[in-house]
Amino acid sequence: MDEILNVVTAGHVDHGKSTVIGRLLADTQSLPKGKLESIRRKCLQNAKPFEYAFLLDALKDEQAQGITIDSARCFFKTEKRHYILIDAPGHIEFLKNMVTGAARADAALLVVDAHSGVEENTRRHGYFLSMLGIRQVAVLVNKMDLVDYRQSVFERVQAELTEFLSKVSLTADAFLPVSGVRGDNIAAPSPNMPWFHGKTLLEQLESFRPGEAPTEGAFRMPVQDVYKFTEYGDDRRIIVGQLESGRLRAGDKLIFYPSGKKATVKTLEGFRQQPPECFEAGQSAGITTDPEIYIRRGELACKQGETPPAVCVRLRANIFWLGKDSMQEGKKYLFRYGSAKIPCKIEKIEYVADASSMTGMMRTYVERNEVARCILALDYPAALDTVRAHPAASRFVLVDDYEISGGGIVMERLTDYQFDIRNIRWSAAGDAAENGNRQLLGHDSLVVWMTGRSGSGKTTIAEETRRRLQQAGIVSVILDGDNLRRGLNEDLSFTEEGRMENIRRTAHVARMMAQAGLVVLVTLITPYEKAREKVRALIPERRLEVYVKADYETCRKRDPKGLYHKAAQGEVPHFQDSHGRFEEPASPDIVLDTAHETEESCVQALFSNILSICKGEL
Amino acid sequence: MDYLSKLENTSIFLLREAYASFENLCMLWSIGKDSTVLMWLARKAFYGHIPFPLVHIDTHYKIPEMIEYRDRLAKEYRINMIYGENAQALSEGKTYPDGAVDRLTCCRALKTEALANTLSGAWPRYRLNHETGAYERDDCRQAYTGVIVGVRADEEGSRSKERYFSPRDNHNDWNLDDQPPEFWNYYKTDFKPGTHLRIHPLLDWTELNIWEYIEREQIPTVSLYYDQGDGTRYRSLGCAPCTSPIRSTAKNPADIVEELRTGQLANIAERSGRKQDAEDGGGLETLRRDGYM
Repeated sequence: MDEILNVVTAGHVDHGKSTVIGRLLADTQSLPKGKLESIRRKCLQNAKPFEYAFLLDALKDEQAQGITIDSARCFFKTEKRHYILIDAPGHIEFLKNMVTGAARADAALLVVDAHSGVEENTRRHGYFLSMLGIRQVAVLVNKMDLVDYRQSVFERVQAELTEFLSKVSLTADAFLPVSGVRGDNIAAPSPNMPWFHGKTLLEQLESFRPGEAPTEGAFRMPVQDVYKFTEYGDDRRIIVGQLESGRLRAGDKLIFYPSGKKATVKTLEGFRQQPPECFEAGQSAGITTDPEIYIRRGELACKQGETPPAVCVRLRANIFWLGKDSMQEGKKYLFRYGSAKIPCKIEKIEYVADASSMTGMMRTYVERNEVARCILALDYPAALDTVRAHPAASRFVLVDDYEISGGGIVMERLTDYQFDIRNIRWSAAGDAAENGNRQLLGHDSLVVWMTGRSGSGKTTIAEETRRRLQQAGIVSVILDGDNLRRGLNEDLSFTEEGRMENIRRTAHVARMMAQAGLVVLVTLITPYEKAREKVRALIPERRLEVYVKADYETCRKRDPKGLYHKAAQGEVPHFQDSHGRFEEPASPDIVLDTAHETEESCVQALFSNILSICKGEL
Repeated sequence: MDYLSKLENTSIFLLREAYASFENLCMLWSIGKDSTVLMWLARKAFYGHIPFPLVHIDTHYKIPEMIEYRDRLAKEYRINMIYGENAQALSEGKTYPDGAVDRLTCCRALKTEALANTLSGAWPRYRLNHETGAYERDDCRQAYTGVIVGVRADEEGSRSKERYFSPRDNHNDWNLDDQPPEFWNYYKTDFKPGTHLRIHPLLDWTELNIWEYIEREQIPTVSLYYDQGDGTRYRSLGCAPCTSPIRSTAKNPADIVEELRTGQLANIAERSGRKQDAEDGGGLETLRRDGYM
């Protein structure tokens, strides 16, 4: 079996990509017999000076029947291995095709003109190579013959490009001074540049390694499907997917995200031949588990004990846009990550990179072929890896109107609204399961304890969330502090003692309602950490602590019940005040920052989290 | 992982993506070596149970051995086997072997039109009844929205421009100039009503890879591909009147691999024995735009 290496050539138009490749093919005797002579003859007839680039065009034409808008491929081989050279279009309008071609490459050659130096598409292609995750890159500083083979020119271009590449987190394996036209440093060392002691282009190609999916590092496998083909007595329930990274063996303990379900690998599956002892990154695998668990496409399989992905609904990402229509802030797209598909909204476009200056522009849209930094808000939680933790597992695409229109890399998950749903969802389903109400209602129960200052927005958010839950078929009830004070708790004072008793009673009622199967939204200031600890003790499971966050000044200005005003007049004794009487929650599951976020985004965050917890599988 | 295993794993991934994304999915099986490798990969991907029908367009001019081979494997592997045809052109004798039309027109009628109308459900489909061993008219007339096809990028010009997941509109049109991007294992699996997709899991395989894989996996193939003693064999299989054998003494997949690597075939186009290509300017592009596979 021969080894095959895919190499993409990129660079600004007219910097000499085709010439370099044509020369390489000619100097390695990789051309069909008589090809070189026939092109020389044709040039002579048409009184055109011969160029090696014609050679490549002629080969491409033969292969592509005159259609050169796509990434064309040419083939050559050395004693070591076969090469497929993917010639990425240098024209900006074909960037979509460049991406498709380059994404399959093991390594890249970035060609830059020694004379004109770094130009717009040098940067753009460099940026894309980096985002696509191509880690082996050699820079060819071409047309050295036009600058008298001067070392100083080469070093200037090298310095300029090194600085740029470091900005896009790319390190070149080598910088090679070459001349495609003259054949310097292509297949043989150049006598014209005795100051250069590095590799020739051919040697550089031979030193690249075939790209392998990362077998080291944490195991990640998006669940592609679950098969149960019952024909002919086959009762296996096989979970299939391609390993993005790591290894998998029988006996490994798995955890699936975002559901949090756990199981042990029982068997590795194969067809007609002995299944392997171990699946590795890049392989299309199939496994059975013990116990048999019910999960679906869209989950991410990980190993217990390894670095977990982050379960979140908001993230910051770098995105390149390829869509016909520009990407718009506030617009909804489909977020595809692994095998998951989740509706999302572009919450904010933080900046758009300008390829010619590489500076950031502030805009609310991103045009085709541009790169931008954005914040995405997902409708449902996803289990994500960041590029720093796990490059291969940090990549997603955005779909606009059925078309893949952008690619992105998860830079970080955002701190707001973050919480860990695993424990909540899969702690025992509780009494509602036993008494049958869970089956009757069709969802799990939950106590959502909303703490926050008077005027922070607890009631507003709770009411709107309840309305949406109802539409989604989830039965919920609001236990509002003010209402309880008019009935159940009318005998209690607003002293610390009175407040603690208020909270104790409310927590008991909430727990009973949850046992009956309801989703209970409690809106109670709950100003002390001591009180929240009491709530946690009384409702140990299926409880979501939500901090509705707004600072004292903001709440005082809002003052929907006039309480801050009255308190200032001394009319409300024991009112929570600015002197530490409202303690910041130490460990809320979700933070809804109503001072900085819109009501809509807070409601959506709360609603989608409750939905994912209570509706079981996503 | 060796290169052949990488190709295999990618193809299996693509087959599983297609199955997860399309409700009405089918795979074309021309009985040739490429789509037979594809059938084999599908058996692997789905652990012996290919969960969609295999569709064969029968021109009724295929070399008889091909049909025998098709039915033998379909029964042995319990394949959900369907065939379609252009009954009208055949009964009216409007074919090249009848002397009525040229090769390209014949191809268009017996293959392209038959295929389009079989996929859309406009013309009857015939399904293999595994109980009786005979083909019966199929009641299901639903259009297939996903069609898995075994084309390879190295076969000829127009195919090198294909994507793994390639959209076609409701006229079967293929827009070469504006194809969806494909990267990082993400493919176009969302589609507008009225459009359908062709899925090409073998796009990155070469003719050599196909034979290496047939040898490695010991996949049963039609004996027409091998020299039976007269010093000729078929390199590419089509209809009997328009396909001619090549001179070769390769008697098994290993011989063919050797022949492709070093021997006489290294610089001869694979489809040179297929006479309709020459009439189409060598490019197949006219036929391809009309939906030819």
